[in-house]
Amino acid sequence: MQWTINGQVREAEVDFRTSLLDLLREQFQLSGTKKGCNQGACGACTVLVDGERINACLALAVQYQGREITTVEGLAEHGKLHPVQAAFVEHDGFQCGYCTPGQLCSAVGMIGELERDLPSAVTADLAAGQIEWQRDELRERMSGNLCRCGAYNGIADAIAAVLAEELGEEIAR
Amino acid sequence: MRAFDYHQAADGTQAIEQAVRCQQAEYLGGGTNLVDLMRETVERPRTLIDVTRLSRDITDTDGGGLIIGAAATNAALAGDARVRRRYPLLARAILSGASAQIRNMATVGGNLLQRTRCAYFYDTATRCNKREPGAGCDALEGFHRYHAIFGTSSSCIATHPSDMAVALVALDARVHLRGPAGDRQLAITELHREPGERPDLETELQPEELIVAVEVPPLAMAVHSQYRKVRDRASYAFALVSVASMVELDGDIIADTRLALGGVGTKPWRAWQAEAALRGQPATAATLAAAVDAELAAARPLPGNTFKVELARRLMIAELSQRLSDARNGGDA
Repeated sequence: MQWTINGQVREAEVDFRTSLLDLLREQFQLSGTKKGCNQGACGACTVLVDGERINACLALAVQYQGREITTVEGLAEHGKLHPVQAAFVEHDGFQCGYCTPGQLCSAVGMIGELERDLPSAVTADLAAGQIEWQRDELRERMSGNLCRCGAYNGIADAIAAVLAEELGEEIAR
Repeated sequence: MRAFDYHQAADGTQAIEQAVRCQQAEYLGGGTNLVDLMRETVERPRTLIDVTRLSRDITDTDGGGLIIGAAATNAALAGDARVRRRYPLLARAILSGASAQIRNMATVGGNLLQRTRCAYFYDTATRCNKREPGAGCDALEGFHRYHAIFGTSSSCIATHPSDMAVALVALDARVHLRGPAGDRQLAITELHREPGERPDLETELQPEELIVAVEVPPLAMAVHSQYRKVRDRASYAFALVSVASMVELDGDIIADTRLALGGVGTKPWRAWQAEAALRGQPATAATLAAAVDAELAAARPLPGNTFKVELARRLMIAELSQRLSDARNGGDA
């Protein structure tokens, strides 16, 4: 079996039962991606597949052969933190840090969804081609990532700062 | 998790050939429910047939409807510009369910065939007629706050968990099936079964039969349809009660309406009784109250979920009132 992980082609023969999460952590020692609930409830295992965020714990590795997988280890480039990572540091977007890799990958995926004007459950006008970004949009879209330290305000501040920087959209608190 | 074999199917026909050939095969979509159930040993397939390579195209029909490939992700369907414009309740229902990560994985076919989230179904240390026919049901006298008030039996009160299915039931969607005996179509309102004495039999699908597409017919009033979900937290939770609704007014008369409920039925619940009591009647508060009463007459609540009757009543009246108000104001939702 073969996957492209953080830009590198990686190969392994694993049992069909192996989740993408266990593949990353146990086979390739990419332990940045965390195992929280292992049942799709907490989002700690969030990774990007072809740019889209998924829960690696519910993904069978065999099903994702040939795909491009990005983990928290692959976000920084040339020794420089990804803007979302830098913003989490700047805005105290974590306390214990266990959920942080999932929060970071989820936020990167979410910003991609924003750039494609995809709606959320709280988008007032679903037919509108362009989404008006409010704070409640951001929180709704990150609801698949739990933080038991309760760093949500810092996480929201961090993501809002990145959005303001990258998209020129200020999001009211 | 019990060991299994894995095959990837190139298309629906190949998937069925593989399923017929293999013992205890199950179709695998995004895996967001099946993988979890396998880990809990509630599901124990010997073979998984991966059907995510089936069509995921969303195409227009001649009359202005849509045909949705069964492998389309929930996220792709909710994000489709045509769905958002023609069937906003469908986009809203999908976006009200699960998390963004899960919606990126989950397929349309898999969403319809997901299993209940009844905690007793999941917990193999308890009795469950759905998991083990004849074993008994520990939910009846247990914690059943999230359980159904419609379509229940003395064997099972488990709620069908899908939001998307509630919208599709309201839209009179049709499922396109492929099986060893050939292709056929089924009204989505006929896809799911009420539990009766056999809660383990959840759908009308025959062995090895596969959902290959879902067809949504054109429906003008759906442009102003809505889906409202009430739950224990603001996001990422299953429905206590949800309502899919739309109306068409002819002067002061309700010419047509669709009403369906989530979180309260053993199957996605189409409110046939309420609809019948609304059609052709004057758009008054008395009409709405009578229609909602007609639907709720069939409710069979238990001590832990009696609150759902009043919640469903208020939610249906609030939503229908809003749809009528929108229709009177030129349909601006």
